[in-house]
Amino acid sequence: MIAIIDYGAGNIFSVKNACDYLGLPAVLTKDKGEIESADGMILPGVGAFPWAMKQLEQANLVETIKEQAEEKPLLGICLGMQMLFSKGYEFEETEGLGLIEGSVELMRPEGLSIPHIGWNKLIVNHDCPLLHGLSDDEYVYFVHSYGAKCADENLMAYCEYGDMVTALAAKGNVYGCQFHPEKSSKTGLAILKNFAALMEDRK
Amino acid sequence: MLAKRIIPCLDVREGKVVKGVNFVGIKEVGDPVECAAAYDAQGADEIVFLDIIASHEGRGTMLDVVRRTAKKVFVPLTVGGGIRTIDDFRDTLRAGADKVSVNSAAVRNPQLISQAADIFGCQCVVTAIDAKKCPDGHYTVVINGGRIDMQMDAVKWAKRVEALGAGEILLTSMDTDGVKGGFDIDMLNAVCSVVKIPVIASGGCGSLEHFTDVFEKTNSAAALAASLFHYGELTVGEVKTELKKHGIPVRMV
Repeated sequence: MIAIIDYGAGNIFSVKNACDYLGLPAVLTKDKGEIESADGMILPGVGAFPWAMKQLEQANLVETIKEQAEEKPLLGICLGMQMLFSKGYEFEETEGLGLIEGSVELMRPEGLSIPHIGWNKLIVNHDCPLLHGLSDDEYVYFVHSYGAKCADENLMAYCEYGDMVTALAAKGNVYGCQFHPEKSSKTGLAILKNFAALMEDRK
Repeated sequence: MLAKRIIPCLDVREGKVVKGVNFVGIKEVGDPVECAAAYDAQGADEIVFLDIIASHEGRGTMLDVVRRTAKKVFVPLTVGGGIRTIDDFRDTLRAGADKVSVNSAAVRNPQLISQAADIFGCQCVVTAIDAKKCPDGHYTVVINGGRIDMQMDAVKWAKRVEALGAGEILLTSMDTDGVKGGFDIDMLNAVCSVVKIPVIASGGCGSLEHFTDVFEKTNSAAALAASLFHYGELTVGEVKTELKKHGIPVRMV
């Protein structure tokens, strides 16, 4: 069972729809017990970093997510990925979950507009189980204005938009994709399946 | 580098895909959910549903189509037609749309664009502009399917909708729409040269060459077509293979 963490952010139904389509058992929840008994977690998110962290704090989920991420796979998507990092700078400096060292800052792609919206090509930096079975010509769908900066060892894949944009970051059980796998057609669904396979391996 | 997008558009009336035949008869051509899923499989980068009745009573039927589509189609979905209020935006996004397209209502009430962008984010606000060329050479905005000339400069309106917070412009040329003689390159260049947000080219494509042209001769981010794909004259895959041959970045499936 995948716990899709429901802290009031929009767009969580599309993640649930994708899991349902793939036949992956998933539940939308903010219940600590349900998250603890799940085999994996997805942290989705659309909205602003400070607001979303506050929602997690008010739901008493910050510690639960951190503890559970030591034991089981966690996938952050878009804002959910950004919250995995140490700090965010959207409007104001905000502590993130700190599961991957790095910060989330406003993108300044020279001569290009933000948000960065559209299909961009994934460029693999390190081998990552979430990318297994994919070719070297895969596009995924992005919608964001802030981007994560992290160490090379945690940067699994990036794309080019003026500058390098962190597309997929990972550390231990923790994975984060800036793009939306649930909107990235077959490529995105394959990534979600690969994530579910990590849960199976753990059993 | 972003891929250039190919977007099939489905005209939907009372839950069915329809297509005007020579602007007179309306012919039903299928289930929108199945059509959208087929386009996703062909490699469509996005799907647009246009509610062509867009009556208050019909809204619920459209939302149901959106909800069913969101369970089977995993590319961004844009829904337009008859969007007038913030509540229309909210209902459509909640049903599972990723973007909402406004046209006439934004011309009548431009604040709708800024309010929607503030609440839901500019990425989900698409402003559709229908325009045609005037005898003096400038472009004028038309609404209600081309029936009412607003006597408004289309290029200035494009700049204004960007300033108001629109995330994208869907530009349809009424001069080339339905003619299949190619996209309106001059109109697209006039608009692309004054805005930074993505412009979706619409109206006039009839062959593979027209897609290559629109990306080689303009800065359009995407090209939209309806009947060409409906009637299977071309598939999305064929269009992309051709674009790739010309060195235009596209997502192949």
